[in-house]
Amino acid sequence: MATNLINTHRTFSVGWLDALQHRLQGDRLTTLTATVTKTLLAPVFAIAVFLLVWGIGAAHVETSLGQLPGPTQVWHSGQQLIAEYQQERQREAAFNERQHKRNEARLAKDPDAEVMLRPYTGMPTFFDQIGTSLVTVATGFLLASLIAIPIGIVCGMSTILYQALNPIIQVFKPVSPLAWLPLVTIVVSAVYVSDDPMLSKSFVTSAITVALCCIWPTIINTTVGVSAVDKDLVNVSRVLRLGWFTKTMKIVLPSAIPMMFAGLRLSLSIGWMVLIAAEMLAQNPGLGKFVWDEFQNGSSDSLARIMVAVFVIGFIGFLLDRFMLLLQRWASWDKSAVLR
Amino acid sequence: MSNKNQPEVPTMTYLHIDHIGMTFKTSNGPLNILDNVDLKVSKGEFVSLIGHSGCGKSTVLNVVAGLLEATTGGVLLENREVNEPGPDRAVVFQNHSLLPWLTVYENVRLAVDQVFGKVHTRRERKKRTLHYLELMHMGHALERRPAEISGGMKQRVGIARALAMEPKVLLMDEPFGALDSLTRSHMQDTLMEIQAYLQNTVVMITHDVDEAVLLSDRIVMMSNGPSATIGQVLPIDLVRPRHRVELADDPAYNRYRGAVFQFLHDRQENLTIAKPTKSAVLRMAAG
Repeated sequence: MATNLINTHRTFSVGWLDALQHRLQGDRLTTLTATVTKTLLAPVFAIAVFLLVWGIGAAHVETSLGQLPGPTQVWHSGQQLIAEYQQERQREAAFNERQHKRNEARLAKDPDAEVMLRPYTGMPTFFDQIGTSLVTVATGFLLASLIAIPIGIVCGMSTILYQALNPIIQVFKPVSPLAWLPLVTIVVSAVYVSDDPMLSKSFVTSAITVALCCIWPTIINTTVGVSAVDKDLVNVSRVLRLGWFTKTMKIVLPSAIPMMFAGLRLSLSIGWMVLIAAEMLAQNPGLGKFVWDEFQNGSSDSLARIMVAVFVIGFIGFLLDRFMLLLQRWASWDKSAVLR
Repeated sequence: MSNKNQPEVPTMTYLHIDHIGMTFKTSNGPLNILDNVDLKVSKGEFVSLIGHSGCGKSTVLNVVAGLLEATTGGVLLENREVNEPGPDRAVVFQNHSLLPWLTVYENVRLAVDQVFGKVHTRRERKKRTLHYLELMHMGHALERRPAEISGGMKQRVGIARALAMEPKVLLMDEPFGALDSLTRSHMQDTLMEIQAYLQNTVVMITHDVDEAVLLSDRIVMMSNGPSATIGQVLPIDLVRPRHRVELADDPAYNRYRGAVFQFLHDRQENLTIAKPTKSAVLRMAAG
């Protein structure tokens, strides 16, 4: 349990907690002071300077939507968004209660009456939109990983296949999500036709665009990982006359796993970045749409609300990256490797 | 325990390294590494190959293992030609080559499963795995991973893995080269202990003259490359079991040591002349 805790705060780069722990374990006070200065005071100082420069700078920028919001306005907008979310939840609860009462009354009158519960259809709040974005990015990322890992494995094992696919990979890798999106939108509209669609078109479009952009790092890293198997280990498999399958499962894949996870981590961070742009244009009800709607809204507090979204997007991206780091550490057999 | 008091006379050839030559193609034209290396090893014999680095010792071993193919000549094991790697010629690699993601037990078990998977039951295979690990004094660390044990212990596991294949010939490529001298002495003692019991046919590469004299029935000394070949073969007629402390004052032991040192020293002088080519040989052997 204690080790878990240590690893957790290491994952989140909370160095001063680490130092505090060492202090508790009997390290010298000077080391603690030095570490606290380095890992706690220095970032706090930098953040303070950033807020100050932002606050002063923003006061001097007049836009069509009024003054550029400073830290205080953004903070208030953040609280407002939380309040809106709570209001919406209360409304939903009230709506459901009304439904239940009506149904009970009807059942009391006539026990055979057909009753139903209608889902609440209020406006999606900021937090619902975060949820949608996370589901969309997870879908796109999983789709990309399911395609990329097998391709990476075969490319790593066969030089010919790698040579064949390399130009395609290199050309598609730098393509912006904004270029993919119109194509994906049209193709999804043409192919994904159903009267009662389980998933909305905008969701499918966004997820596919994310997948198209975050597939490449995983393919490339898996290829490199698989092809860079230690020559001595290959000799071991030759001496043992391991079959193709055993060799792949026992030697090739395990040795490629650290690289593979490094690729997955890169892919997820790219996917999260791409998602915002994709949602903006595809009108998928996520964070990207939130930003776009606020931009179209053009009210006096729109800019502050967009800035809240910027911070939230950044923070979630950071959490996703740390989550992948945990996964990478867990999957890596080389526990001594420094991963950051 | 077998009686090795009589001089070892190779009566029946078990392993025949039959006039092998090795030429690599380089950008500067063909480079002849080995020339006409011919060696007959009888069953149960312990042979050491010694020579300066870059002389092609490892190439000879890799050809016997089947990891490299000789340009001319070939290798016969029990009168049958070998031209691909296989568990009948198990190799102990210098850097142990254990799979880092498997435990000590799993590393050996992988080899046992591969070689005896069809003929032995699960239980027999488990027993065999444990037996060889215990033989190498590694029974206490079955669940450890290679990164968690010392270099000497890793090499013990590497040897246990090779022995567990019950090979016809055990090939060792400087097995103790990367270990400190104290660990190395321990490993040599363990190896002698096991050899007295298993009577394997062993071909070992070494740099260490003391090690060669202590362990071998015969020492094969190789001339320097390029076109390296066997310079001299020295039968070591010392009573087994051998003890390093007792042998220190043994005149016969010291005579053997002297002979090997003399051979290597004579080649040292040639080496300075051949130096530029030697580095090319090393590059080729590495690539």
